[in-house]
Amino acid sequence: MTEEQKSLMPANPKMSARDVKVFYGAKEAIKGVSIDVDMDNVTAFIGPSGCGKSTFLRTLNRMNDTVASARVEGTITLDGEDIYASSMDVVQLRARVGMVFQKPNPFPKSIYENIAYGPRIHGLAASKADLDIIVERSLRRAGLWEEVKDRLHDSGTALSGGQQQRLCIGRAIAVEPEVILMDEPCSALDPIATAKIEELIHELRGKYAIVIVTHNMQQAARVSQRTAFFHLGDLVEYGVTTDIFTNPRQERTKDYITGRYG
Amino acid sequence: MAEHTIKAFDEEIDTLRGLIAEMGGRAEAAIEKAMLALQRHDRELAAQVVAEDKRIDAIEAEVEKLVIQIIALRAPMANDLRDVIAALKIVAVVERIGDYAKNIAKRVPIIAVNKRTLEPISLLPSMGQVAGEMVQDALNAFAARDPDLAVAVVERDTVVDDFYNSVFRTLVTYMVENPKTISECAHLLFVAKNIERIGDQATNVAEMVYYAATGNSLPERERGPSEIEE
Repeated sequence: MTEEQKSLMPANPKMSARDVKVFYGAKEAIKGVSIDVDMDNVTAFIGPSGCGKSTFLRTLNRMNDTVASARVEGTITLDGEDIYASSMDVVQLRARVGMVFQKPNPFPKSIYENIAYGPRIHGLAASKADLDIIVERSLRRAGLWEEVKDRLHDSGTALSGGQQQRLCIGRAIAVEPEVILMDEPCSALDPIATAKIEELIHELRGKYAIVIVTHNMQQAARVSQRTAFFHLGDLVEYGVTTDIFTNPRQERTKDYITGRYG
Repeated sequence: MAEHTIKAFDEEIDTLRGLIAEMGGRAEAAIEKAMLALQRHDRELAAQVVAEDKRIDAIEAEVEKLVIQIIALRAPMANDLRDVIAALKIVAVVERIGDYAKNIAKRVPIIAVNKRTLEPISLLPSMGQVAGEMVQDALNAFAARDPDLAVAVVERDTVVDDFYNSVFRTLVTYMVENPKTISECAHLLFVAKNIERIGDQATNVAEMVYYAATGNSLPERERGPSEIEE
């Protein structure tokens, strides 16, 4: 990393990636990415399809472990601890680094159970009363409580798409993560449901380190304070969102965000 | 610069640049004609400057409309965003420059009323020429996205300021010696002040052009004539 790149990194990183490479078989999908993310800033990853932004996001909670051909090099730390170390409990890691996907994927269970499942298996609730508190708190934080409090035992899949996505965010929050990764969380939602998620991201900022992958540049501009532009497996530019969208330093970034990308 | 994937966006930006180039050409012509009318006591030419200012105002309105449309429909980013915002600010300033030229033209009939030869008038056309060229260059810099030309415009403002100080002193001396001409000379003072303001406004345009082209602001500088004589 150059001195300039270092100066743009947040002061108190929650997660740090250094020279991370991801290979799918022989193909190098990520070509040595170094980046820090912190609690105070929402970090957006943008870039054209196939640029590696989702692949890189998935290295942050070892989701790539499930892809047989994927191999990760370099180091990624969470609070200074190497998440690829053999001593790392992957289940525990994924509780600390939660993930929300493109398509809302609630369990085919009640709204209550969707939230309660994680805390129960992680032993976060000693009693039914504890669990009730966690469910209410998580749904409130996810901005869904008022809409579902009278039908907690209806199926989660009966909710609208936007509500389902907020339920999934509530489910991620319920296990008290430190980092929330969002992989195009709004691409299946209408503009109003999208606005609600964006407002939610805004409210969650500071409580969790949030990283969002989005194809929608306006969304990156609206929700993030730091933006990283990926292209062909490289991290081309990383900086303060306002700078990236008003005065990008790299030609490739400029061409992409101004709609000149061929 | 590479073209946008969406061609209509490029066409709109081109239209915007075309309108601003036209506006700049008209503002410069208005300054030149106003100076000529002043020198020749040509009321007809002066009236023409006043009439033609309407087109400058109309272009400002057209550009405003187009910029709002581009922001709403294209959501411009980075250099595109800086360009359209600069365009919006530039037209407001050039409209003002047109008003200064119009104001000079409006004084022509009053200055010409006694058909007196006023020697200090001869100083004004060269001052007007420098200011007019600054306007033209500032807008050429916008069209060419040329930050160096913008800097050159900013640096030339001191020439106009020096002119102003010199014209001011000359006029005051002339008035002392020729008290009968005070009424006309007072108007000439305003003419000189208007030209000085045109130089300042051209400088403002150049600064906006510099920002649009580079994404960085020029350092703040001293404004107006160095001696406070107004």
